[in-house]
Amino acid sequence: MRRLILSAVVALSLATPALAQTVAITNGRILTGSGVIERGTVVIDNGRIAAVGPNVTAPAGAEVIDAAGQVVAPGFVAVDSGLAGTEVSAVYDTNDLRQRSNTLSAAFDLSYGLDPWSFTLPVARLGGITRAIVVPNHPGSSGGHVHEHETAGAGHGGYHDPGLFAGQAAVIHLARGTDILVQPRVAMVAPFGAAGARVAGGARGAEFTLFRETLREVRLYARNRAAYDRGDLRDLSLSRADLEALIPVAEGRMPLIVTVHRAQDIRQVLRLAEEEGVKVILDGAEEGWLVAGEIAAAGVPVLLNPLTNLPASFETRAATMQNAARLHAAGVLIAIKGNEGSVHRAREARYNAGNAVANGLPYEAAIAALTVNPARIFGQQNRFGAIAPGQEADVVVWSGDPLEPLSQPTAIFIRGQAQPLTARNLELRDRYRPAERAYPPAYGR
Amino acid sequence: MNRSKLRGASLAALSCMALALALGACATTGTANGSAPTETASRDNGLPPGLESGADPAPYPSTYQPLPRRDAAIVGATVLTATGQQIEGGVVVMTDGRVAAVGGPDTPIPGGHEVIDARGRWVTPGIIDAHSHLGVYPSPGVQALSDGNEATNPNTAQVWAEHSLWPQDPGFNAARAGGVTTLLILPGSANLFGGRSVTVRNVPSVTMQGMKFPDAPYGLKMACGENPSRVYGNRNQSPATGMGNVAGYRRAFIEARNYARRWAEWRENGEGNPPTRDLQLETLAGVLAGDILVQNHCYRADEMAVMLDLADEFGYRVTTFHHASEAYKIADLLREEDICAATWTGWWGFKMEALDGIEENAALVHAAGACAVIHSDDDTLTQRLNQEAAAALSAGRRAGLQISEAEAISWITSNAARAIGVGDQTGSLEPGKRADVVIWSANPFSIYARADQVFIDGALTYDRNDPAYQPRSDFELGQPGSPASLGGAR
Repeated sequence: MRRLILSAVVALSLATPALAQTVAITNGRILTGSGVIERGTVVIDNGRIAAVGPNVTAPAGAEVIDAAGQVVAPGFVAVDSGLAGTEVSAVYDTNDLRQRSNTLSAAFDLSYGLDPWSFTLPVARLGGITRAIVVPNHPGSSGGHVHEHETAGAGHGGYHDPGLFAGQAAVIHLARGTDILVQPRVAMVAPFGAAGARVAGGARGAEFTLFRETLREVRLYARNRAAYDRGDLRDLSLSRADLEALIPVAEGRMPLIVTVHRAQDIRQVLRLAEEEGVKVILDGAEEGWLVAGEIAAAGVPVLLNPLTNLPASFETRAATMQNAARLHAAGVLIAIKGNEGSVHRAREARYNAGNAVANGLPYEAAIAALTVNPARIFGQQNRFGAIAPGQEADVVVWSGDPLEPLSQPTAIFIRGQAQPLTARNLELRDRYRPAERAYPPAYGR
Repeated sequence: MNRSKLRGASLAALSCMALALALGACATTGTANGSAPTETASRDNGLPPGLESGADPAPYPSTYQPLPRRDAAIVGATVLTATGQQIEGGVVVMTDGRVAAVGGPDTPIPGGHEVIDARGRWVTPGIIDAHSHLGVYPSPGVQALSDGNEATNPNTAQVWAEHSLWPQDPGFNAARAGGVTTLLILPGSANLFGGRSVTVRNVPSVTMQGMKFPDAPYGLKMACGENPSRVYGNRNQSPATGMGNVAGYRRAFIEARNYARRWAEWRENGEGNPPTRDLQLETLAGVLAGDILVQNHCYRADEMAVMLDLADEFGYRVTTFHHASEAYKIADLLREEDICAATWTGWWGFKMEALDGIEENAALVHAAGACAVIHSDDDTLTQRLNQEAAAALSAGRRAGLQISEAEAISWITSNAARAIGVGDQTGSLEPGKRADVVIWSANPFSIYARADQVFIDGALTYDRNDPAYQPRSDFELGQPGSPASLGGAR
């Protein structure tokens, strides 16, 4: 019995943010997310940022981390991520990011399938990632380049899915523990462009028409729930669950992440959003720079990968390394993505930001695109993203400029909790490090 | 190896064998004025052109000509030679397309050389991508141009990547802007034997032959593991398992040995009908003769060890394991066998055989004294191999390994050249080597460094600040965002 109580206590402590002791990180160069403090102190208390500034002193009794010569930055936010939603990409049973049922698309809530024990999380954490916007993948949206190493010889493009929507995204944190879910159902995801066209039967015009018709049905349903329940409403093409899930989208309360690449498709999406009163977030937008002014005028944010510079498909013929810089210069709010779905390679988001800087994006804008911008885009700006008083304390101390590969984290805090600088990959490394041993590596730890 | 069994070969084959024995390479990609006396040899044997196996080692010869070059000396830079040296205020002299001298600030500059001021910048050898599918899986990635995998049979040793290569792939230009001067273009990994590779100079060209690296050895792409067994297993065909894979390699090499013997006997006796030339077996026989280098896609340590036994069983050698995510588990073995491991830094977990890929892989292989290479296998990553090497170096240092930038640059230059069999030609800044040189805006291990100028055989082939040296492929013309479409500069 005593053991039971004890384990219950342990479970509880894992499930709630630990009230770690007060920590003061001193003498570091602080990137707040929206600016820089050349030399200052960050105080973490009760899981939150208590103070930050050049003249802040460490409270008595605080654990002091001297970050002289180091850089203190907010934890990075992986957007358009699959973290905790899949372990090994090609092992399909480990993938809870997409589903193919005929009766469910918009209502798919991936938050149920997120695994706090996923070994992808500590790996991403070592890349400075402390939060993620986990998004469902549309089973019909694969297009353009296919990686030879993954799909060698396999036919592709054979997916058929009836749904316009991939499902709903969730926000997680990456702290060690059992309760990583911050907020489920923060956004709806739908592919447009060629991928959307495939879903709708092969042409873009079909998808836009179908999409508008869907919103009409959702509104009809929302006004006539009782009649629907009585069976007095005309037949609707979506399931009840999908209709329910789409009400906040139709009412402009839940943002719609629109995967879209081609400039003209972006313009059509902006027009659709305005006419239908739908709040959209553009994902991809490789040709966004061609219509940057229109995106900025619409106040629509963009999730982008700054490395996408090849005409990988006919939708990205204008792709350029300057996309991030040009969108930012036009006043578009951007967030920078990791690579290949930001699961195993989520940790490369910082390099992507560095490359955006090398191609014209101001440095502080690049940091913002990894921190405060994604928080704002997904309505989390009061929780995390910045090193500012009152924010949940997601803080990473770096040996140098966090955008440089030669820099590594020296301390990681998520919601004020110190995180171990370990992961499965480091355990493998240590097992096979050069050493004199009589027994095989399997006997190592 | 039973090379003696090939005695009595034709004149061409004989000279080929002698070369192979002396230099370890013979089935080269050929030169414009290739010297193989194919016609004569064929007439001597009474065989019409094309029917004698291996008589012409370069039937699709290189027509590569260096771009107009100038003699120049790059001065004032931090030079990484890729021979382990870092020279401050270094001088690199390029004469007649070759590296003429490399040294400190006092290095004499011969007359008639343009002086390029590279103070505050860094200089490295041209970057070499030891694993690329540019041209065979080009942009745009449409089905019509998806020519990298002849996934119709587990053994397609008869196909040659050069016959799929589309020189207008815009990816070549993007790679060059990242400092890439030489690439090994490989067939895909669907098959046990995917076909021959082709080594290219990264210059714009209308024809594949115009890019072909003169006298580079051919490679044979082999693949271990999940890809072949998945592709064919899903068709209810062999191989469907790892053991099926190995049985497939063994059967093929048995046939190749027999094939080589049949030709040797016919050449010796000169009687009766000659054997029928078989392109598949010809390539495999070239591997057994040591003329064609084995470029082996293989992720797992245990599978690499099996492939080494296979090589011993049939008397060939593996030049490079590609992807080699678990090379760090057998680093000592790779050193002993003198085999390169070409890998990524950040890629892992996309399938079971890549699960144990760690960022420290290259550094651990390097620390064990083996040949570590960072490759791309990707049209995006190839543009930033310096950054992938930087991430690998960073991980190595995190593990406590003392590795300098001067050493780590070899992972994407000299070691990569060795891994594809052109180490005597390029990959380092040493007198006599091809003047394949990159001037970087900053330390190439920094994320902010960009290739300012790229020289191939001493010719300025890319200049970041001069649009006259920023070639575009035909496909890029008239596209959205192109200068013409915007009525101005991009």
